[in-house]
Amino acid sequence: MQSTASHAHTSATDSSHGHAHHEPGFFGKYIFSTDHKVIGIQYGVSALLFLLFGFFLILAMRYQLAKPGSPIPVVGPLLEMIDKDMAKGGIMGGDLYNSFGAMHGTIMVFLAIVPVLFGAFGNYVTPLQIGAPDMAFPRLNMASFHCYFLGGVVMFASFFTPGGAARSGWTSYSPLASVTDLVNRFDGQTYWLIGMVLLITSSLLGSVNFIATIIQLRCRGMSWMRMPFFVWAQFVTGFLLLLAFPPLEAAGLMQLMDNLFGSSFFLPQGLVVDGKQLGVSGGGSPLLWQHLFWFLGHPEVYVLILPAIGIVSEVISNNIRKPLWGYRSMVYAAMSIGFLSFIVWAHHMYLTGMGTKVATFFQTTTMMISIPSVIILTALFISLWGGSIRFNSASLFALSFLPMFGIGGLTGLPLGFNASDVFLHDSYYVIGHFHYVVAPGTMFAVFAGIYFWFPKITGRHMNEWLGKLHWAGSLFFMNCVFAPMFIQGFKGMSRRMSDGGTTYFGGDVAMGGDPGVLKLNNMILWSAVGLGISQIPFIINFFSSIFSGKRVSSDNPWQATTLDWATPTPPPHGNFIGEPVAYRGPYEYSVPGAKSDFTPQSEKA
Amino acid sequence: MEIPYTYKARPDTGLYNAKVGIWLFLASEIMLFGALFSAYILLRVSAPVGFWPDVALGWPRGLLNIPIGTFNTAVLITSSVTVVLAWASLKMNNFARFRVYMVITVVCALAFLGIKSFEYNDKFSHYVVRLKDGKALTGHIEVNGKHPRFWNFNDQWSVAKLTEQKVEKIKVEVDPPRDIHGHVKKDAGHGAAAHAAQEVAVSDIESMGSYTPATHPFFAVYFLITALHGLHVLGGALVLAYFAFPGAKMWKSNPEQFINRIEVGGLFWHFVDLVWIFLFPVVYLL
Repeated sequence: MQSTASHAHTSATDSSHGHAHHEPGFFGKYIFSTDHKVIGIQYGVSALLFLLFGFFLILAMRYQLAKPGSPIPVVGPLLEMIDKDMAKGGIMGGDLYNSFGAMHGTIMVFLAIVPVLFGAFGNYVTPLQIGAPDMAFPRLNMASFHCYFLGGVVMFASFFTPGGAARSGWTSYSPLASVTDLVNRFDGQTYWLIGMVLLITSSLLGSVNFIATIIQLRCRGMSWMRMPFFVWAQFVTGFLLLLAFPPLEAAGLMQLMDNLFGSSFFLPQGLVVDGKQLGVSGGGSPLLWQHLFWFLGHPEVYVLILPAIGIVSEVISNNIRKPLWGYRSMVYAAMSIGFLSFIVWAHHMYLTGMGTKVATFFQTTTMMISIPSVIILTALFISLWGGSIRFNSASLFALSFLPMFGIGGLTGLPLGFNASDVFLHDSYYVIGHFHYVVAPGTMFAVFAGIYFWFPKITGRHMNEWLGKLHWAGSLFFMNCVFAPMFIQGFKGMSRRMSDGGTTYFGGDVAMGGDPGVLKLNNMILWSAVGLGISQIPFIINFFSSIFSGKRVSSDNPWQATTLDWATPTPPPHGNFIGEPVAYRGPYEYSVPGAKSDFTPQSEKA
Repeated sequence: MEIPYTYKARPDTGLYNAKVGIWLFLASEIMLFGALFSAYILLRVSAPVGFWPDVALGWPRGLLNIPIGTFNTAVLITSSVTVVLAWASLKMNNFARFRVYMVITVVCALAFLGIKSFEYNDKFSHYVVRLKDGKALTGHIEVNGKHPRFWNFNDQWSVAKLTEQKVEKIKVEVDPPRDIHGHVKKDAGHGAAAHAAQEVAVSDIESMGSYTPATHPFFAVYFLITALHGLHVLGGALVLAYFAFPGAKMWKSNPEQFINRIEVGGLFWHFVDLVWIFLFPVVYLL
């Protein structure tokens, strides 16, 4: 025992040398930073890059859908260089289409939207709004970003493995995901699983940190009902990530075992692949994977939308110069959404034959969860009534979020009903529905947030003219991309066909052909190209404004009330000069009798 | 600016940051293990008839060694007690006693892992040999006069591999026959006769496999949950060992925070024990 002790002592001395403190150099400041603001920016930049990458994946796919079998311009030769078999002559083959589709979903959800909402905005803004000097666990916060980044690298690397990236959809349903490559077991799917485990670890560390920060580090006077709605949204999101992701991690480990060690968690008995019996023990359950996946998958939807609503609430209340209408009911609605989102998952599985009783239960809970969502959206709409609205880039994006999210939400109702879902399931209608929620919905909130907080982060405004150009183009083309999908879906076009439905809708009208439906593919393609072009003003604006944007006139250029605007610009390490105190609620705009139309939370009563 | 409440409790919540953090972390851990346990239940309940339990072999009962599992449970529970005693010793300002209890805790953890690896080894070299006449034999095998060893992945045998290496006969040390509840049949007898080695011609074998995840979902579940639990034991033991020795310097500089750390580490350790307390009856006894 004595020798163990002395040995441990020596190693302790060694390690303490390794951790000696230096002045932070480049790496300490930007790569291994523990400051929540730097981590927020790291998250934001990486997530936006992944967003762009995910967009390019779908652009290539849309080309293949609109013009099946013709070589993809510009990137075709590049794709052929990376994988000769899957992109012969620059034409996107079925396998490549599948792999791009799977990775588009994965990248957009797990590497772009969640990190930008939770990792970037959550990290940067939450501690500022509750008056905290940093997150509760700054080093965990750093580890969270590093896990995310590593997960992103693994996902990205999987494109270059033999056989390409995962190609069983972003949902990775078994047994498909376990039998795509029977020879090379360490295939894209395995990379996907390892990447997911890293990403889940990252969001686990993040969510523990966020919840602990919000519970523990609220400044003096910041009672629960004085928290800005954005913080509430992050708080609920934290719980969703904390509790919904681990089951997917468990499922991921099981699928990893299936793929690498030949177990049969998700493989039924007597499975035949390519006309041959698969030599596995069997006895597993493909439904099990779907249950575990959607147990994450549905709360994940609210992870994608709640922080977005939080951002929109901040931007809207500031730009209409009015308090949010029904702040408390919005908070309770957000909590109800958080709770209900855990018991609706199987509405993604009506067609699996799990039984009518189960389906009825999930149909009921699904209808229930639409109530709090409608409460929030209605509260935001009513807030606009009688406001004196400022139309700047941030508020335009936030305002267009409302109808877009409305369309996305309402088109979800027919999918929540089991009878109508039987017809619409797996059609383009579904794609249209959830993209309306996430693309013009969440993405618009993200843009609103960027335009809104950019002055706090950099000390400079973004260019308004370019911003409005960005908004107009995005709004127009977003709708041109996604609205036709509802029509295609009603006509019965499956979302899984790499030829854009030519097999079913091509040919003679008398034989069931429908050239109109196919023409919509063209419209969607060119609208998507237009959408891409609309982002160019944003990219130019973003980078040029960092260096040459109009300087902010004060620390609070928008005349906002919340504590994030009570910091110096940009906020230094430790955020606040002196101890911040919240004396009042978060949205005291246009209070009758007040000396100006806004009263910051930090202003003494 | 310092981050507040890193070790002092926040007045309105009554908690310091790390304690909130560890409870949240444990909540997510419950969801992780909960999902695995649910998967086990779902797989077992919905298994095809005759598959689970496997009628021919009496699976899955009686496949795991209950006395060893019971002993391991006792080992972990002991460590749970000692980790509390270690924390209490610090509260009573007795550092020497703290270290003794912490060392016992870590030794228990290592003993648990040692025993577990012994069990793993046994399963990896335990085979089910299904013969062409429909019968099945289970037992440890001998190939070329040697027992396969689990740490050597090349030492796993299949019919194809035996044929390829031109092995004509293998020896199976046949397990005593069991009833459907996994109990050794009374009339089977014990000792050398029941454990008789039987020579089997490779040409008579339909298929064979060791007690690994690929052989039956029961083993897949067993290995996945116990391995994940084992990783938690290992991680916990490393952290507690760190607290006992190099990390104990903090006892001099900031005793309050050090006691908090032990408390948080102890909470994690109790959770690891708790998982096992569910795991043991569910996989060994049911």
